[in-house]
Amino acid sequence: MSAADASVLQRPNDRLWRRRAVNRGMEILAWTAAALAVALLGLLVWSVAKRGASALNLDLITKSQATNEFALHPPPQGLANAFIGTFIIVGIATAMALPFGILVAIYVNEFAPKAIKNFLSPSLDILNGIPAIVIGIFVFGLIVVGHGQSGIAGAFALAILMLPLVARATIEVLALVPDSLREASLGLGVPRWRTTIGIVLPQTIGGILTGTVLAVARVAGETAPLLFTTSIVGTAINTNPTQALQSVPVAIFELSESPTPADHSRAWAAALVLLLFILVTSLTARWFATRSRQKIRRASR
Amino acid sequence: MSTLDATGQTTRRPFEGRRVHPGDVILQVLAGGAALGTVILLGLLVYKVVQGARLSLSTFGLGFIGSVGWDPLHNAMGAGSLLFGTAVTAIGALVLATPLALGIALFLTELAPGAIRGPVTALVETLAAIPSVVIGLWGIIVLGPLLRDHVMPALHSTLGFIPLFGTPSPTGTGIFTAIVVLTIMILPIISSISRELFLGVPGELKEAALGLGTTRWEMVRGVMFPYARGGIAAAMILGLGRAVGEAIAVAQVIGAFDNGISWNLFNNGDTLAAKLANEFASSTTNLETASLFYVAVILLVFSLAVNILAQVIVRRVDRAQGRTV
Repeated sequence: MSAADASVLQRPNDRLWRRRAVNRGMEILAWTAAALAVALLGLLVWSVAKRGASALNLDLITKSQATNEFALHPPPQGLANAFIGTFIIVGIATAMALPFGILVAIYVNEFAPKAIKNFLSPSLDILNGIPAIVIGIFVFGLIVVGHGQSGIAGAFALAILMLPLVARATIEVLALVPDSLREASLGLGVPRWRTTIGIVLPQTIGGILTGTVLAVARVAGETAPLLFTTSIVGTAINTNPTQALQSVPVAIFELSESPTPADHSRAWAAALVLLLFILVTSLTARWFATRSRQKIRRASR
Repeated sequence: MSTLDATGQTTRRPFEGRRVHPGDVILQVLAGGAALGTVILLGLLVYKVVQGARLSLSTFGLGFIGSVGWDPLHNAMGAGSLLFGTAVTAIGALVLATPLALGIALFLTELAPGAIRGPVTALVETLAAIPSVVIGLWGIIVLGPLLRDHVMPALHSTLGFIPLFGTPSPTGTGIFTAIVVLTIMILPIISSISRELFLGVPGELKEAALGLGTTRWEMVRGVMFPYARGGIAAAMILGLGRAVGEAIAVAQVIGAFDNGISWNLFNNGDTLAAKLANEFASSTTNLETASLFYVAVILLVFSLAVNILAQVIVRRVDRAQGRTV
């Protein structure tokens, strides 16, 4: 540490009460900062809950967005098409990203020479750091320009977001599996691929699963990658992923920019459902993650 | 640790001279293919975005970055005011979020009683899980009016002599609201990284300082901050990258109005990412679409630079601490 830092520690002549007062002040500031963060979260969740709950009814998930919004007596409107669309898009994205991400992780942790590992690992971080909106633009240029919007294009964009998350989570748990386990299996003459798939991978199922659930929770709320890839939709329920599908985040985004209060209240209700889904899944996954990590550590002792 | 590494090294290649199993080859090819696919994906991403921007790149060149105004009807477009809006919102958010995040991290590592430490940590991390579109919705309907009615007039009347705090916006949207929304979004990123850094400060160093009679704050300033300095810088850079790349929440609250270069934080404005979210789908000419791709290129280059910079800092800190500790 440099001399400047040391000088802080050497002020015998400062009046003690002043130093204590500064210390007390800083402690109070730190308490305030933490209280503010918790209050912000509380305010956010409370506003969504309060405004969402009053607009929440069964129509939201059973009825689609109505076609004649400007009728004198508009029929009850829901967002069933958006919920079904999100379910399909996120499902396809997971089906793409999960096997791919696990394979990448297996390569990085089990096969890659150190030099390649040192290159791949930052590449995943870089992929993770690319803004979601840029990924949306990329998929627009790659798929939508030639083939038009589709649920699959949106799912591909989400899969790009999920890939580094799934791969990173899998690498982390693979690294926790003790080498003695690999050695024992190889020593018995089991070929390497069966050791990896039959012995090592099953140890990490819990970690991979929680990593995947966290990734699903993250992309289920993503709007930006879907905005140009699967947003030009009709109001009817559609389950065909080769056509554009509505999704919950895009619906909230569109409704939030609408001037009618009725649209706002539907946006709040959809936001409440989305938020509940994300909070419940990510908190459960986090809880499982800590548990399974402790289990692997205990087993390796 | 070092013995583990040593055995890891020897077990890594126990196959020399052994019969090659077809299953081994298949798995290695599949896994290697996926890894190669990731790298190709990254390359393809850069290529496609740059390719989409080609028309605008050849028409405007680098002048696009500095020129102000977005007029697709007269083929005059530039990212100047978008860059300005991006810089003001992201730096503003960083200025607000960093001290708060450090305070939270210090609270969680040094001050919090055991019973609330876990729950508060989980709550702060939960803040990071809230989708940006929900924060944006809350930003337009709850936060915007709140800031307009209470915070903006107060800032204007007390600090109005600074041009940043001009006449409050009538709608509650604007650059200031975007700064607050971004602060909420990057706060959990910076605080959770800082918390881990503070947890990594060796107990002996802290105890040595306290044993010399420093107060807790003097120990934090003299021992913990210098120890975690590099990591905090990396955390701030990652937070900045997140703030610059956030499109949806900012698009919802910033007012999406190209105001040129206006220093009044209460005015509407626009950022690179928000411009893409708001206008990409409705772009009218080929040149405008290409120019929006150009905006995406700028974002892409920035995000690559931010990530590489953060990794270089982290690596350098790791090496330095490996030597001294």
